[in-house]
Amino acid sequence: MAGKTLYDKLWDDHLVKQRDDGSALIYIDRHLLHEVTSPQAFEGLRLAGRKPWRVDANIATPDHNVPTTNREKGIDGIVDPVSRVQVETLGKNCDEFGILEFKIKDQRQGIVHIIGPEQGATLPGMSIVCGDSHTSTHGAFGCLAHGIGTSEVEHVLATQCLVQQKMKNMLVKVNGKLGPGVTGKDVVLAIIGKIGTAGGTGYAIEFGGEVIRNLSMEGRMTICNMAIEAGARVGMVAVDDTTIEYVKGRPFAPKGEQWDMAVAHWRTLHSDDDAVFDKVVELDGSAIQPQVSWGTSPEMVTGVDGVVPDPAQEEDLIKREGIVRALKYMGLKPNQKITDIKLDRVFIGSCTNSRIEDLREAANVVKGRKVAPTLKQAMVVPGSGLVKAQAEKEGLDKIFIEAGLEWRDPGCSMCLAMNADKLGQGEHCASTSNRNFEGRQGFGGRTHLVSPAMAAAAAINGHFVDVREMMN
Amino acid sequence: MRALKQHQGIVAPMDRSNVDTDMIIPKQFLKSIKRTGFGPNLFDELRYLDEGQPDQDCSKRPLNPDFVLNQERYKNASVLLARSNFGCGSSREHAPWALEDYGFRVIIAPSFADIFYNNCFKNGLLPIVLEEEIVEQLFQETYSTEGYQLSVDLEAKTVTTPSGEAFSFEVDDFRRHCLLNGLDDIGVTLEDADLIREYENRRRVTAPWLFDAFN
Repeated sequence: MAGKTLYDKLWDDHLVKQRDDGSALIYIDRHLLHEVTSPQAFEGLRLAGRKPWRVDANIATPDHNVPTTNREKGIDGIVDPVSRVQVETLGKNCDEFGILEFKIKDQRQGIVHIIGPEQGATLPGMSIVCGDSHTSTHGAFGCLAHGIGTSEVEHVLATQCLVQQKMKNMLVKVNGKLGPGVTGKDVVLAIIGKIGTAGGTGYAIEFGGEVIRNLSMEGRMTICNMAIEAGARVGMVAVDDTTIEYVKGRPFAPKGEQWDMAVAHWRTLHSDDDAVFDKVVELDGSAIQPQVSWGTSPEMVTGVDGVVPDPAQEEDLIKREGIVRALKYMGLKPNQKITDIKLDRVFIGSCTNSRIEDLREAANVVKGRKVAPTLKQAMVVPGSGLVKAQAEKEGLDKIFIEAGLEWRDPGCSMCLAMNADKLGQGEHCASTSNRNFEGRQGFGGRTHLVSPAMAAAAAINGHFVDVREMMN
Repeated sequence: MRALKQHQGIVAPMDRSNVDTDMIIPKQFLKSIKRTGFGPNLFDELRYLDEGQPDQDCSKRPLNPDFVLNQERYKNASVLLARSNFGCGSSREHAPWALEDYGFRVIIAPSFADIFYNNCFKNGLLPIVLEEEIVEQLFQETYSTEGYQLSVDLEAKTVTTPSGEAFSFEVDDFRRHCLLNGLDDIGVTLEDADLIREYENRRRVTAPWLFDAFN
């Protein structure tokens, strides 16, 4: 019999019941909640007279709607009354059911996918869900983690389980070594460019190979975060020393005897040598350039040395029409050089790229330089209050402010523009977030997905440049 | 949840691939704490010429005449015909809520994004996967015949055209069972409450660090 993949092991560990109809009951160890996708679930629970099955499996924080300025005012600082009601509703629901919540003024508040790992609420081997598609982030810890809809949020609250069908196994192997200035973000954009936004549909993707093994946890989280942009709900990386070192000493990580017991189990969380994958995709890491998306889907991406594609060269009619539509929306011309795209705003943040390592990379590029005067705005939004504090301890805030970038408070911010931070119509933005869909960052806004270093380089120049040309 | 056994309705063609959930329901409408009322804002940025705001009277807004759902012949459509990877992007269940609230009961496409596909079944909405060539044929028939309707039978797992041509589709048994009967699957899961407790008791011994970490 063939060995098991990491996904097979995680599935078996959480299987409560295999039903005859092919569906299965899967146990959920950790449930993360935020204000946008939970209110209707709590309301459903109340209407049915149900209570949470296991309160201590849940942890909550407001992130999507929170402003990134005036945070000392707490909830009163939320100008939009509709947003305020949603944040207040999360608070009331958590208080009523006794769920741990990092409220808006708590220093531990932040983007839900930043605070889970930061607190040790995300631990290797867990099954983790959240009403947010970027829950795949937590797979970087060898977790079975994926996004769910609001009905499933209610289902998990009420039963601690989900009804699931087992996915297929895919291995994405990134071989070799990355060149200087090339980051986890460039790797995942290159993967999506290769397999497409539906390439991973129906699969759980394990990311492996030398490049992944050499990445920090931050880099691995960035890659797993965007597995969903390749169509895969689940992205994973096997547990190794890097994982265990990261988890050690976190506030909610096990201690003493339980730590040793946990580590012994975590060491088994990798695919067996003879495991069989339904699909294997390989990339040469040394060939990956810093990436820039030019279109309205994350698969519409190319190296910074590339050009905007010419739809006339595309043979597939539906794809050709997609390129024509994207170029029209983005205001770009076929064969235009990526480095000729002029920018209006720069956004460094989001659950993809707002961890301390991301901020260090960006600060390293802007240090001693000034933001281009042609930009309307360049902002840095740390992923959590604790990331912000750490960055300030390292003096990164001063580097950003001296260079002319705004230093904000934590939240999802301009990644999806549910708060006041958004693009104006027709504005081009270099963004470290995860989606370049039409209108994603604001009505008519034009998003280009890049790494923090590339966003920082773009901020200094007012257009895209190869960040490697700015490195000594 | 509303059950769905058979459905017949007018088909509206959504002729682009990778329709994402931001397109189906833009973020500003996600601030609602209700499950209903999203229909008027379905495809908001494509449907209207201005930027929509929550709690706005949409009947006074300027319509985009080029958008498919604004064309007279597709008014009252309840079957949405779409291209590949429909519903990609965020997990927001507001997307199926908006489609259902607008009046759609069935969506046909060559492929769907996983989370969206799953969310549809929780809301009385049936996503049907048909082969690319068949979907292309249905697009052509929809364009060439005003008032074109399709009949869907979930029991028999078939889509039938006005000419009587029938196509079968696959759907897993549990989802089909729940949708046919309008079942709340929380109730079904809780029938196994004892099994869940047994699982937890085992895990408390083998993996105690997974419990009571926040105390």
